[in-house]
Amino acid sequence: MAGQAPSVGAPAPAQSHGWRSSTLPDTKLLMWIFLASDVMFFGTLIGTYLIYKGRSIVGPYPLDVLDIPLTTVSTFVLLMSSFLMVIALHALRQGNIPGFRLWTFGVAFFGAIFLGFQVYEFRHFVELGLTLDRNLFGTTFFVLTGTHGVHVAIGVLWLLSIVVASYVRPQHWQAKDATYLEVAGLYWHFVDIVWIVIFTLVYLVDFI
Amino acid sequence: MAIGRQGTGSSPAAGLLQRPQGTSGIASWLTTVDHKRLGILYILTSMTFLGLASVEAFIIRLQLAAPNQQLVSPDVYNQLFTMHGLTMVFLAIMPLGTGFANYFVPLMIGARDLAFPRLNAFGYWIYALGGLFVYTSFFLGGAPDAGWFAYAPLTSLSNNPGNGIDFYMIGLFIGGIGTLVTAMNLIVTIFSMRAPGMTMMRMPVFVWMILVTAFLIIFAFPPLTVALFQVIMDRTFGTLFYVPSAGGLPILWQHLFWIFGHPEVYIIILPAFGVISEVIPTFSRKPLFGYPVMILSGIFIGFMGFAVWSHHMFTTGLGPVANTAFSLTSFVIGIPTGVKIFNWLGTMWGGAIRFATPMVYALAFLFMFVIGGITGIMLAMPPFDAQANSTYFVVAHFHYVMGGGALFAFLAGLYYWFPKMTGKMFSDRWALASFWFFFIGFNMIFMPQHFAGLMGMPRRIQTYDAGLGLEIWNLVSTAGTFVMGVGMIMIVLGFVHAFRSGEPAEDDPWDARTLEWSTSSPPPHHNFDEQPIATDRDAWWAKKYPDLAHADDGSAYEGIDFDAGGIHMPGQSWYPFLLSFAVFIGGYGVMYDNWPLAILMGLVVVASTYGWAFEGVGGHHVHPRSSAQEGAGD
Repeated sequence: MAGQAPSVGAPAPAQSHGWRSSTLPDTKLLMWIFLASDVMFFGTLIGTYLIYKGRSIVGPYPLDVLDIPLTTVSTFVLLMSSFLMVIALHALRQGNIPGFRLWTFGVAFFGAIFLGFQVYEFRHFVELGLTLDRNLFGTTFFVLTGTHGVHVAIGVLWLLSIVVASYVRPQHWQAKDATYLEVAGLYWHFVDIVWIVIFTLVYLVDFI
Repeated sequence: MAIGRQGTGSSPAAGLLQRPQGTSGIASWLTTVDHKRLGILYILTSMTFLGLASVEAFIIRLQLAAPNQQLVSPDVYNQLFTMHGLTMVFLAIMPLGTGFANYFVPLMIGARDLAFPRLNAFGYWIYALGGLFVYTSFFLGGAPDAGWFAYAPLTSLSNNPGNGIDFYMIGLFIGGIGTLVTAMNLIVTIFSMRAPGMTMMRMPVFVWMILVTAFLIIFAFPPLTVALFQVIMDRTFGTLFYVPSAGGLPILWQHLFWIFGHPEVYIIILPAFGVISEVIPTFSRKPLFGYPVMILSGIFIGFMGFAVWSHHMFTTGLGPVANTAFSLTSFVIGIPTGVKIFNWLGTMWGGAIRFATPMVYALAFLFMFVIGGITGIMLAMPPFDAQANSTYFVVAHFHYVMGGGALFAFLAGLYYWFPKMTGKMFSDRWALASFWFFFIGFNMIFMPQHFAGLMGMPRRIQTYDAGLGLEIWNLVSTAGTFVMGVGMIMIVLGFVHAFRSGEPAEDDPWDARTLEWSTSSPPPHHNFDEQPIATDRDAWWAKKYPDLAHADDGSAYEGIDFDAGGIHMPGQSWYPFLLSFAVFIGGYGVMYDNWPLAILMGLVVVASTYGWAFEGVGGHHVHPRSSAQEGAGD
């Protein structure tokens, strides 16, 4: 472009980042790396839970409070939200914008239902006498599942923001922009998978 | 986070805070996303913390100069050694490596910036403010005093009721976020933004070591973050993680801390290895000997770094099986390290060695790192460790690794890259003179500590009795601080003088091998006028000396206009600073149980995140090849 006048502060076309040595979008790679790191984060929390399992000196103990049917329902809702996530991404890739908005909202809605179950469960456990400072079970249970809940809440907020953004700036939420939804989807599926591990190790194992 | 698709820079709906355009003044530094400016900020900030930690060490040495002194009380002494340790590890030496990575990784791989420039700015600010948070403890009721690894239950509210431990836990929690996001950013940058022709096995070793380090960070920091979070919860909400009377296991803190803490040693030393791997070939005028083995050794060290943590805990009663296993893994990790040492020697062998200041520091690194490595192998033997554990022998060991190793390597890097970063040349004679003070002083301080330790002097003891045979070692050690202090002041004066009135530096004063030397000193805002192409390892040598045999001739990239439409430079932004600042203030809210403040700052964090996401691309294009001046005045 020799001879072209300098264009200070000119709007930048989105594709103008020059040569790239990877075909993977940066945001997607960043999310994968973040998730790798988050595995260690949850791994440490779950490890702490398992190490302290059975070390509580006073009750309530897990078998006194855990309600498998209730948590099975909320787990099912969360798993179905991942299914909706797949449909939402597929819709966006097909250019089906109403479908993308509907199913993305559905993911967030199911996530919110899961959070509602968790709020109910926490309140119920507190009524039964299980608090953060009651015993090691309370300490490790609330910190582990609470951290997971915060992850879900961030995901819900993120997905709702995407739905709102798709109305405010529809030109930025077309089929070609599916990577951004895919990145959010990676996060959502990961949080879902973590819950499967937590549900198995914290809830189900005690009933074997 | 990519909540919203980024809009164009002209969008007026881009949020409350406009992207600032200025390139000078304080606002331009607070909002900069330029990896070179952030690299310099990292280096200057970590040097400031290094100075503070050195003052703390100086007071410690004065207190120990003679037996039964009471220069500082035991309470203050505890704060001093705790702050010295955590400052050196978290706030000085590790970010010094991050600073070099920030400045030189994009230049070495032929890129114009990091993959996520605003995330990079956020990483810097949250590190700097996290460090500031810890240091405000001196004015707010006392610094942390439980040692840099803050073993439970010394950190429980009942054993340590002041706010010192809160400063440690919350400050490192905040700072750790910065380390994590910067590591993630560097990984994406190295994978995605290498120049045409720069395959992974043509990358400079420094870039490779930063890549390994970044992976270590993303796997090692979460356990620390969780451990810090557990103690914050214990102290703030009364959880029982580390309360023995409720069944809590203080040993869990040790495991979690060292699962982070041992990789942390390699997080510090691998970038230092990278610097040495750049300096020694350049000043030996030979390519690095055994490049693939050097890379694989670095990766192997990275893997094994996660398998040796319990050698910090041999005396906690893990049992003979665990002790044996961790002793063996610790021996194994010595092998790739030894391979690296021999490869550096092999690089020098038969080379045309120039004893310029960076090379002299690199040689000093080799000498002292080997000493630290040998004492490390000694300590990897559980029977020996049982004797030497928690004595000054351990203090001497890790100072030879962290100080004589990492710090000297980073000083080699600082002298090596100073002309590139500032465009000024330093006085080699002055630098060498200051080197000798620094080097002799360092060894005067730490060599005697081996002997004091073997005679049984415990670390972290505020004073000692006369007649135990410890006087001479401690006196020599304290005398060494004056020598090293003179060296340190001379180094700083040398840099200041060179920066203010040094001779202009050439673009490539060392006849170096890597791409950062192919651009001007200091590099322009957009780093390279032309997209560089790597035809071989040592890509800049390959370009300068086309007669030598090369892996390829670069013909695959001939005629491609890589910068058609101009080079896009990212716009500056207020949000990284705002976000970090809100986290910083929110930390005080959590510490003082001031929940309105904490929640308010949480809302600022959320608002800044949205502002960030919807800010739009911004930035501008530069056209360095056009006849007119380039766009940015930076």
